[in-house]
Amino acid sequence: MLSIDRSIVDAIVAHARRDHPDEACGVVAGPVGSDKPTRHIPMDNAARSMTFYEFDSMEQLRVWREMDDRDEEPIVIYHSHTATEAYPSRTDVAFAGEPGAHYLLVSTREPDTEEIRSFRIVDGVVTEEPVRILDAGVDPHAVQSYMFGQSPATVDYECSGN
Amino acid sequence: MAIEVRIPTILRSYTGGAKVVEGGGDTLNDLLTDLDSRHGGLRARLVTEAGALHRFVNVYVNDEDVRFLGALDAKLSDGDSVTILPAVAGGAFGFAAAAAISGHSAAAAAISGHSAAAAAISGHSAAAAVTVAQHSAVTAG
Repeated sequence: MLSIDRSIVDAIVAHARRDHPDEACGVVAGPVGSDKPTRHIPMDNAARSMTFYEFDSMEQLRVWREMDDRDEEPIVIYHSHTATEAYPSRTDVAFAGEPGAHYLLVSTREPDTEEIRSFRIVDGVVTEEPVRILDAGVDPHAVQSYMFGQSPATVDYECSGN
Repeated sequence: MAIEVRIPTILRSYTGGAKVVEGGGDTLNDLLTDLDSRHGGLRARLVTEAGALHRFVNVYVNDEDVRFLGALDAKLSDGDSVTILPAVAGGAFGFAAAAAISGHSAAAAAISGHSAAAAAISGHSAAAAVTVAQHSAVTAG
């Protein structure tokens, strides 16, 4: 499962919308081993194409070194499909070179809604996974207690200490 | 002769998990042959059977992409740092579809540069495939 802050998803969608109808691409870095995407890095699509994306090799070197220096790794690698569904194409699978990353696809084919899906791509095998969108600043383990806070008034009354 | 080589996650199965290894050679080609003698199979992941640098990886010498330094013929010196990264690329259309739709021979040629299966039978050099692919990516749309 991919757990990702809503603010980052919003920024990815905004990037995809901005570059539409060309494909947009980028990375969300996070601490090594954390599986937690924290730093959104929009990348140039060197192909500037509606059907293909490619990181600029020099920008990639710079960004990968920066991640290395910060003890980060690419947690999410995302790109948009601008006229088709958010599912990895054969080209996506052929190129997928980060077995530890979540491959996030955003489809911008509908003007008003986005399709957002996440996949693991390992040795040419595509496995879809659920995406859990977290509200900003809320610890994933705190989500449940936040939900309790929305439960009936009697609970609030008990918690008020009266 | 020591040249530091940074290995990406996906290839660390060939280096016993090591992130950085050392090797020697006057050119990138020599270095990869040297590395393969200790890390068997590594070279085949970077170089096609046709003897060109694979389309799916980026190799840098210090701060330069080797595609601009002569690819496998890139000259190396003691103390150089070589970085290998998986190229990050993809897109909505398979290149076969792009070729069929566009009718461009350039796109058809790009298939051999892009598809892993076709790479083995490709006679194109990686450098040519890169150039062609970039053109076809534009024309295919």
